[in-house]
Amino acid sequence: MKVPVIALILSLTALNAPAQTDIPKLSLQQVAPGIYVHQGVHELPDSHNRGEIANIGFIVGQRCVAVIDTGGSPEQGHALRSAIESITTTPICYVINTHVHPDHIYGNIAFKQPGVSFIGHHKLAEAMAMRAPFYQEKAERDLGFSLKIENFVPPDHSVRDTLVLELGARTLLLRAHKTSHTDNDLSIYDAQTKTLWLADLLFMGHLPVVDGSLNGWLATIEQLKTIDAKLAIPGHGPVSADWPGALEPEERYLKTLQSEIRAFIKDDKTMEDAMENVDLSVRDDWQLFDEFHKRNISTAFAELEWEDD
Amino acid sequence: MKQLIALNKGLWLALAYLLAVTGSAFAAGEEEAAWNGGLRQKFFGDRAIEEGNQIIELTAPYRAEDPALVPIQINSKIPQTKDRYIKTVTLIIDNNPVPFSANFHFTPESGKADLAMRVRVNAYTHIRAIAETNDGKLHMNKVFVKASGGCSAPIGTDLEAAMARMGKMKFKLDNEKAALQQPNLAQLLISHPNITGLQMDQLTRMIKPAHFVEELKVSFNDKPVLTAQTDIAISADPNFRFYFVPETAGELKAEIRDNKGNQFSATQTVTP
Ligand SMILES: [Zn+2]
Repeated sequence: MKVPVIALILSLTALNAPAQTDIPKLSLQQVAPGIYVHQGVHELPDSHNRGEIANIGFIVGQRCVAVIDTGGSPEQGHALRSAIESITTTPICYVINTHVHPDHIYGNIAFKQPGVSFIGHHKLAEAMAMRAPFYQEKAERDLGFSLKIENFVPPDHSVRDTLVLELGARTLLLRAHKTSHTDNDLSIYDAQTKTLWLADLLFMGHLPVVDGSLNGWLATIEQLKTIDAKLAIPGHGPVSADWPGALEPEERYLKTLQSEIRAFIKDDKTMEDAMENVDLSVRDDWQLFDEFHKRNISTAFAELEWEDD
Repeated sequence: MKQLIALNKGLWLALAYLLAVTGSAFAAGEEEAAWNGGLRQKFFGDRAIEEGNQIIELTAPYRAEDPALVPIQINSKIPQTKDRYIKTVTLIIDNNPVPFSANFHFTPESGKADLAMRVRVNAYTHIRAIAETNDGKLHMNKVFVKASGGCSAPIGTDLEAAMARMGKMKFKLDNEKAALQQPNLAQLLISHPNITGLQMDQLTRMIKPAHFVEELKVSFNDKPVLTAQTDIAISADPNFRFYFVPETAGELKAEIRDNKGNQFSATQTVTP
């Protein structure tokens, strides 16, 4: 009896350890010198896409590489890492997480090793801790893989206001924002190419998703507009877009949401009513509209109901 | 080795079969399993419950957009009169960690035993409203809702602001001028984080202790309009819509108490 059991364990172990060649290739585009972006897909996270839906990538300096978001699964993290290693021999010094959402952080584990510093918004660690059990359940149910608590790699350095990262002949400026898309949004500005990596502070094509504060996001957009950039990188949408024009559709959507919901609240109309009727005219302008619009309305309604208090 | 692989494969097939069979069997009876398996007995014993929408009707979205914020409505089909009225409406969400969601008590002065609120839904489940009329009969209407994670969902992003605002309440009346002697729609907004106690902080491995509104009393000129016992299924910043009948001008008053003993109240002048 003993031999087969051991053999079974061995065969299972062999199955579980992916060979180096099993790592899927990750498509990347160089949007500016030394800035590489993988384009996500406009789909809901599911077991088919394994939650690998966001734009992720990295910036190469002379001394260091900074990874910006690690992908929607540990496998995508590994794929990103091997793509980086095939492009440059410069070591990875930093992993920057732009916010807590699973499609941006589940690849973290692939980069966890001595010499790599994880960086995030000062509220990221808490957001990870608060959401981990809920996210673990969701991954199991919707994405078809299970996550250990170790998969939620919190930042080693947190950004309260701004942080300057030197990559060697290249300087990144990281900004922690007030509650917008989430309560832990971080943007990255590369001064050399005037590229503004906004991640989910900027949605293009994919309907913006409010998981923080509608009013806060609109206030952040006002601040972002003052940044002297040429190129923006959205979290969902093309790999890059012209600045500041890239912001327009998102801003228009969020502003309409705000003004219409305010009008509904002022007229003592209900959340249900708002969810059925607010701003359906832009339905054709966005992908995943039906999946997120009503949810945005309920989130925003609950916020705006109390905005004067 | 060959034998082993065969066994292994056989085992997996057997497992898959077992899963398929039990999975589908579970699915078929699942919708009523919690109710028939104890909830019904726990809350109503052996009393007869008439099912349908003759006395009350429950409305809820089939697919919840946000499981922590599911708007539902309960509409009564009979007017509240001295002779015949809905005394109590119990709200049960079968597959929530705490199925008992709320219990609302009405009087003939309520005018109409209609209600609307927002609830948390943690799993695919039936939501049930069970009305007890003053003759002691029970009437149930149920709706199936697809949602998951509403109770364990992360606490709203700005807990500090929510705590600072805790206890604030405001009324909204449907019409600026109240219509005397008839049912007027009112909305009560309560600011309270209504923490479920199921949201774990993985950093400290601490579960934020449950902190929620447990009791609500609404009165008009000191006469009760609506009294409720509420539990963690009620969404953060509870929001209730209900009717009241003003005989004269007067004052609408809401008093709440949470499970930590905090009490808050608010009033609203009503003029015809
Ligand atoms: Zn996001």
